[in-house]
Amino acid sequence: MTDSKYFTTTKKGEIFELKAELNSDKKEKKKEAVKKVIASMTVGKDVSALFPDVVNCMQTDNLELKKLVYLYLMNYAKSQPDMAIMAVNTFVKDCEDPNPLIRALAVRTMGCIRVDKITEYLCEPLRKCLKDEDPYVRKTAAVCVAKLHDINAQLVEDQGFLDTLKDLISDSNPMVVANAVAALSEIAESHPSSNLLDLNPQSINKLLTALNECTEWGQIFILDCLANYTPKDDREAQSICERVTPRLSHANSAVVLSAVKVLMKFMEMLSKDLDYYGTLLKKLAPPLVTLLSAEPELQYVALRNINLIVQKRPEILKHEMKVFFVKYNDPIYVKLEKLDIMIRLASQANIAQVLAELKEYATEVDVDFVRKAVRAIGRCAIKVEQSAERCVSTLLDLIQTKVNYVVQEAIVVIKDIFRKYPNKYESVIATLCENLDSLDEPEARAAMIWIVGEYAERIDNADELLESFLEGFHDESTQVQLQLLTAIVKLFLKKPTETQELVQQVLSLATQDSDNPDLRDRGYIYWRLLSTDPVAAKEVVLAEKPLISEETDLIEPTLLDELICYIGTLASVYHKPPSAFVEGGRGVVHKSLPPRTASSESTESPETAPTGAPAGEQPDVIPTQGDLLGDLLNLDLGPPVSGPPLAASSVQMGAVDLLGGGLDSLIGDTSFGPPPAAAVPARLGAPTSSGLSDLFDLTSGVGTLSGFYVAPKAVGSISMDLQLTNKALQVMTDFAIQFNRNSFGLAPAAPLQVHAPLSPNQTVEISLPLNTVGSVMKMEPLNNLQVAVKNNIDVFYFSTLYPLHILFVEDGKMDRQMFLATWKDIPNENETQFQIRDCPLNAEAASSRLQSSNIFTVAKRNVEGQDMLYQSLKLTNGIWVLAELRVQPGSPSLTLSLKCRAPEVSQHVYQAYETILKN
Amino acid sequence: MIHSLFLINCSGDIFLEKHWKSVVSQSVCDYFFEAQEKAADVENVPPVISTPHHYLISIYRDKLFFVSVIQTEVPPLFVIEFLHRVADTFQDYFGDSNVGDTLPTGQLSNIPWRRAGVKYTNNEAYFDVVEEIDAIIDKSGSTVFAEIQGVIDACIKLSGMPDLSLSFMNPRLLDDVSFHPCIRFKRWESERVLSFIPPDGNFRLISYRVSSQNLVAIPVYVKHSISFKENSSCGRFDVTIGPKQNMGKTIEGITVTVHMPKVVLNMNLTPTQGGYTFDPVTKVLTWDVGKITPQKLPSLKGLVNLQSGAPKPEENPSLNIQFKIQQLAISGLKVNRLDMYGEKYKPFKGVKYVTKAGKFQVRT
Repeated sequence: MTDSKYFTTTKKGEIFELKAELNSDKKEKKKEAVKKVIASMTVGKDVSALFPDVVNCMQTDNLELKKLVYLYLMNYAKSQPDMAIMAVNTFVKDCEDPNPLIRALAVRTMGCIRVDKITEYLCEPLRKCLKDEDPYVRKTAAVCVAKLHDINAQLVEDQGFLDTLKDLISDSNPMVVANAVAALSEIAESHPSSNLLDLNPQSINKLLTALNECTEWGQIFILDCLANYTPKDDREAQSICERVTPRLSHANSAVVLSAVKVLMKFMEMLSKDLDYYGTLLKKLAPPLVTLLSAEPELQYVALRNINLIVQKRPEILKHEMKVFFVKYNDPIYVKLEKLDIMIRLASQANIAQVLAELKEYATEVDVDFVRKAVRAIGRCAIKVEQSAERCVSTLLDLIQTKVNYVVQEAIVVIKDIFRKYPNKYESVIATLCENLDSLDEPEARAAMIWIVGEYAERIDNADELLESFLEGFHDESTQVQLQLLTAIVKLFLKKPTETQELVQQVLSLATQDSDNPDLRDRGYIYWRLLSTDPVAAKEVVLAEKPLISEETDLIEPTLLDELICYIGTLASVYHKPPSAFVEGGRGVVHKSLPPRTASSESTESPETAPTGAPAGEQPDVIPTQGDLLGDLLNLDLGPPVSGPPLAASSVQMGAVDLLGGGLDSLIGDTSFGPPPAAAVPARLGAPTSSGLSDLFDLTSGVGTLSGFYVAPKAVGSISMDLQLTNKALQVMTDFAIQFNRNSFGLAPAAPLQVHAPLSPNQTVEISLPLNTVGSVMKMEPLNNLQVAVKNNIDVFYFSTLYPLHILFVEDGKMDRQMFLATWKDIPNENETQFQIRDCPLNAEAASSRLQSSNIFTVAKRNVEGQDMLYQSLKLTNGIWVLAELRVQPGSPSLTLSLKCRAPEVSQHVYQAYETILKN
Repeated sequence: MIHSLFLINCSGDIFLEKHWKSVVSQSVCDYFFEAQEKAADVENVPPVISTPHHYLISIYRDKLFFVSVIQTEVPPLFVIEFLHRVADTFQDYFGDSNVGDTLPTGQLSNIPWRRAGVKYTNNEAYFDVVEEIDAIIDKSGSTVFAEIQGVIDACIKLSGMPDLSLSFMNPRLLDDVSFHPCIRFKRWESERVLSFIPPDGNFRLISYRVSSQNLVAIPVYVKHSISFKENSSCGRFDVTIGPKQNMGKTIEGITVTVHMPKVVLNMNLTPTQGGYTFDPVTKVLTWDVGKITPQKLPSLKGLVNLQSGAPKPEENPSLNIQFKIQQLAISGLKVNRLDMYGEKYKPFKGVKYVTKAGKFQVRT
């Protein structure tokens, strides 16, 4: 017998008949009738009129029938809320049924009925089910909390369900743990600031145990949750990694990718010298490759993530180039992604193979793909110097095909090759010029014009060529117009005698007949330069250009690090942090990679540690996206290779963030570097007179910043001294500064005042007054301060450690009795002892020196020839620190014991002591 | 997670919708249709589409689009995997008709993937070792890329709670494996034995990948010459196919599919074996070859008619080859034995091997 007959009734008066059957005394007949009702409902007929009759059938022992009635209720309760209340009693009763399946079914259905009036009645049954003896019921109830939270968040909080959920993380049953994590994650999404998933080593252990035994979907939730945890040291990170690696062999690709995320993140904490680090790298490759044999949709998401992974850790997939070779019937979205990754993996070792493939692709049918393949050949030439010659000849072959769009793409990339390897391949210019007429795309026209202008002295008829473009000047796009203007000016500077008329013509077209302000501005600048000082004009316009960097469209390192934390999410598909696109910014918590902290080094003093790891060795070139200084040098052709358009917006987002106050994510302590638009070589801020520490270590930046703190000069006045140096070729204006939330609420007390625009190579020194009324967030380390400085060009991020004694306040002298009482009152485990070596001061000298920094001596005594100083100090946020300083005459070492109710400050207070005493 | 789900057929009808929270208007699918229009081919619709207020994550299966509407940051793979599971379930449930035979019921058990109280009169356990060769062969016949995608599919109809152990003659071949959750990972790590309590019925036990070049044999070779004459409206087509590294087994079920360039109007060919069709609309040439007998190699040759006046095609078409070899796992993987614990009866056991072409492409 099949169920298809239920769908086929066509009689008239159907509802009436069904009503009669539903109310029948015979169980079988009733059940048949409910099935017919459900059948009608699923094909879209309105059977809501039968609500009371169907609800009457709810009280039954038959599980199948009960399920059907519940299904009906879920569908119609919303439209009949008053009637739905009739069902409440049965739900409550079913939640106490001896059969766990029925209990679970009842609580699940109640969660799915999104009717306000019912939710109140749901609370009691739900509470019982959350503590049910059967794990199946508990796991269903856990999810129900999340559903209820979506309907009425306040109710869930008031009823204490969140705490019960948190308790379920320690449940003995792995499915319950997984569902509790899933529910908490979903709730946490709407409360980004709440500390719902407060992870500690014990709960992590629970999660890892549950991970092995719960369903695949549960594993994804647990892994994503684990990824938010920051292990306390490298050992813990390694042990978590070891327990997560088996997930890489799961058949569900989402499980695999979530595991990859955890590993990529925690790997950051492992030392590269560890054997385990190498093992882990090796283990990551096969699962990533396997993802590429899945369905195309999965491949696409996997490829977008692999794109991030190969940028962060190219070593993982360096031997796997071949799996990214394109099959002709791959969907186009897979093809384009594969191509991108091929270029990223291209190296001297595999370039021959890659080029052969690219040449093959360049003859395919799909226009977008062919274009990208041609560009890829150009990128290879720029990336792998040894292959440049072969790439150029391949491109020339392609130009010979005369396929219009291939020729245009080839010309665009050849321009970049000229930029990268000057004076090497200019012999091909003649071939390029032959194709001048076929170029109809602005980018290709602009590239060709740039080439003609740049090499005007080698092209006999350069003036004719450029003149031919000039005829339709006003119909050209801005890009082409700007290019043409510059090219003709270059031509004029190279061959002034023959081209005077031409240059006048273009200048007047640009300045008098154009509505485009950029074009006019540039026209005027050239005009004035040429009329006032032709020699200077030559120096400016024909100046040597900076080389373009090898890797184009790399994701900026800070963003990349953040995106690594978002592997497997939509952010990883769009290559944008969720804050940039999740609606309303709801549920967005910024993430950053954990710092590399080997447990053995944890006692190292921050003063000797660098303020932040340098963001890699920046090549002494500008990435091609950074065309900010290119205007006059005429580098404004745009990036030579267009990456996914979404990835390019990081700079602007940074700027928005500065104003919006969400800086937290953009500064990772381990790797901050300026966005790509502004990268120029490193310069370390020189240590200055106060010599407190080299605080700013900006690895690079168009404007180099250096600075230091000065101790409070007067009560309540803290200031930060900055030294801003403009290393760009462009004037900087519109400076602004902002701090991220920090441990003591440090904030600028006044705007950053840079009165005059900062010209290239100029340096200004600014003292920025600070106060401590800003937002507070505990930082790691405690005295870490993350700063963003903005100007008209870009936003610069850096983090710095400040000495704690700038926060010592003047009324920090504690009464003697009070001191004694407090000292006794603070538990002994809060006491920490430090040695201050090489400090041959006597007690008086030490005391007076410390007093000038607001560390006050409360009492002094002499015990067995040693001077004991009892001292107190108070921080701006009201925390008292008590100290005992033991000075042994004749010994250069001092012993410092600190007691404080917030023992985490002790380490920093000790450093402050050392700084003050040794200065 | 997933807010709503729409099922859309190839002609663009939204024929099923399901909303888990509030109702999202069907008009959200317009963004999907837009993307579909932009993509020339249905298979080219991007799987993740952003709209002003939602994200659409979709899969394309059996001429249907499963389009899910997402409102918050989610793992897209989670959603895609889930959609494929929904599609699997529909396939299982509906089969070929559009109404299922049973309304599903559930049963509690300690093992999430297996219900309690399973009973069969004939207890049987069958395993299919299926290997597909993915390869790209270049013009000159050398292998650009080749790997084996293997799976072991199981059909287990065993009563009670059987606990199975499957071992291999050469488990070392398997170094990149994805497991069904039922498999005890530790046991595999330490002993290279697949130990598991199976789900009831059909399921995929493992999938694996063999990529080491010397393990991937290429069982066929193709000789081809496809040329178009300049300034003439014709070209020549000549393809011969032959066996190579086939371990002495017969290669059967051979099909050659070629997407000819757009300017090809028609093809006039003669096969020495099998039949061919050319669809002048899609430009797809399909040659159903059948078996290879080494004495007389199958070939297909003849003339290609081009649109007159059109320039000769730039690209040369790739040949897509399908074939099948029974009783052979091309990687050499062999099952050693299957043992059952936990139940008393004696089951019927069986293992079948088959090798097929996966994405097997020959460039010309």
